[in-house]
Amino acid sequence: MELTHEQAKRWLLNFHQKVTDNKAYLSELDQAIGDGDHGSNMARGTEAVKDKLGSVTEDSLEAVLKQAAMALISKVGGASGPLYGSAFMAMAKTAKETSELSTLIEAGLDGIKHRGKADVGDKTMIDMWQPVTSALHEDDLTEVTIDQALEDVKPLKAKKGRASYVGERSMGALDPGAVSSGYLFTALIEEVLA
Amino acid sequence: MKKIINEPHAVVDELLEGMLLAHSDFLTGITDTRVVIEKEKRATVGLVSGGGSGHEPAHAGFVGDGMLRAAVLGEMFTSPTPDQIFEAIKASDTGHGVLLIVKNYTGDVMNFDMAKEMAEMEDIAVESVLVDDDIAVEDSTYTAGKRGVAGTVLVHKILGHYAREGKTLTELKELGERLTAHIDTLGVALTGATVPEVGKPGFTLAENEMEYGVGIHGEPGYRRSELKQSRAIANELVTKLMETKTDTKKIGLLVNGLGATPLQELYVFYRDVVHELKNYDVEIVFQKIGDFMTSIDMAGLSLTVIDLDSDTYQAALTSPVDVLNW
Ligand SMILES: Nc1ncnc2c1ncn2[C@@H]1O[C@H](COP(=O)(O)OP(=O)(O)OP(=O)(O)O)[C@@H](O)[C@H]1O
Ligand SMILES: [Mg+2]
Repeated sequence: MELTHEQAKRWLLNFHQKVTDNKAYLSELDQAIGDGDHGSNMARGTEAVKDKLGSVTEDSLEAVLKQAAMALISKVGGASGPLYGSAFMAMAKTAKETSELSTLIEAGLDGIKHRGKADVGDKTMIDMWQPVTSALHEDDLTEVTIDQALEDVKPLKAKKGRASYVGERSMGALDPGAVSSGYLFTALIEEVLA
Repeated sequence: MKKIINEPHAVVDELLEGMLLAHSDFLTGITDTRVVIEKEKRATVGLVSGGGSGHEPAHAGFVGDGMLRAAVLGEMFTSPTPDQIFEAIKASDTGHGVLLIVKNYTGDVMNFDMAKEMAEMEDIAVESVLVDDDIAVEDSTYTAGKRGVAGTVLVHKILGHYAREGKTLTELKELGERLTAHIDTLGVALTGATVPEVGKPGFTLAENEMEYGVGIHGEPGYRRSELKQSRAIANELVTKLMETKTDTKKIGLLVNGLGATPLQELYVFYRDVVHELKNYDVEIVFQKIGDFMTSIDMAGLSLTVIDLDSDTYQAALTSPVDVLNW
């Protein structure tokens, strides 16, 4: 499955909408195990992505992904800014070689792992990106994948990021970054895979 | 929420504007980004620090001769972004390189790292020192590690002194790494902090409750207890902080208010700390009492102990500086 630059734009705009609609909910999740800013961080960042996309004139997937990365890096702050920013930057680099969707998302996942030094099971956004990447490789990404990933992240104990300070108390809670990444992939399903 | 502000989202920009209006004699900003920088260009390594806003006077209050060259202001309690930090690095480099002083939080570490990578692409020499003085958190593989809190200000002071003396970037980085191991901090909170855009405290404690080990963004501490007297708090903090300092003979103290605790209480507490320390074979050779690294409007305080057996650190702490809040 190839990703076109038009699809990528629609995907990112849909992501912006979902984050904006759920800003308060994301912050509420972060309030429980972090510092309560994930919703405003991501809303600010995806708003900037939307603005930047308006100025992309080339018909290039790499350009779309790169502008998204720049907007996220310069506007989100916190932990999620460099993480989402690195993911999109890695995807933009990979888009020079291929537009194969599963390869792109896998590059994004590697970008996150490289930047944040976390891995599967640490209760972070990686616990969303990893199962989504595997599903894409099998051509089987659906809402079920995302719902399952959210179920699976709940019982985990946070070992990275701010949530690691609450330790045991993070068990049973959703991870805000996994939830916002869930929106990213629901948007992908709606705009690209449907 | 009761605060003397305008629109809650505008607080960071407006506090920055106010600060620059008041102190334009030696401080300036960088257009379109939230950075406070010295006007004077000095032919030494530039120290740059920063982090989320809400810890005033940290870090902008420590910009000036003998401490920082620039401070980067993030959103409230949120790390600044790489491009902001990059602008601060560029403006601080006078050809001698830039040293970043970073508090150990996942967000800060990653954003400062990315800025460092951007600067290296433009051939600016950049190194960083990570401060992790909060001993409430164990430095383990199961957390993001010890947090950077009030002790960071002592790092600004000591490294700022050596930068002014003309030490090189490499020397400063090595000094910084050794230095951070000598600084330990523990805090207590009586109330949570209210981020203006959130409108309510990050956590709540009952009227008769307090929490030991709270971080400067309201990160959970190691124990909640009924509200204790200053004496008992001093006993607990001193005991924990001195545990690892069995061979230390000379120490410095920093009693830091978290934003809503009056100076009178800080002095009462300092008195009790000095009294507690009579049980140890140490001499207090340096002390600072006041608000240095706050948590917006949190009531509470932190105590930092720095090992000063090395006379050079002591001299570096006491040399005169020209900054707003030391
Ligand atoms: N090392 C890491 N690797 C991958 N994801 C991480 C890591 N650390 C944190 N995260 C993700 O980031 C999310 C939190 O992002 P948020 O925008 O709230 O930043 P933050 O941690 O509050 O930053 P800051 O401390 O600067 O405010 C978590 O829910 C988690 O999914
Ligand atoms: Mg957060």
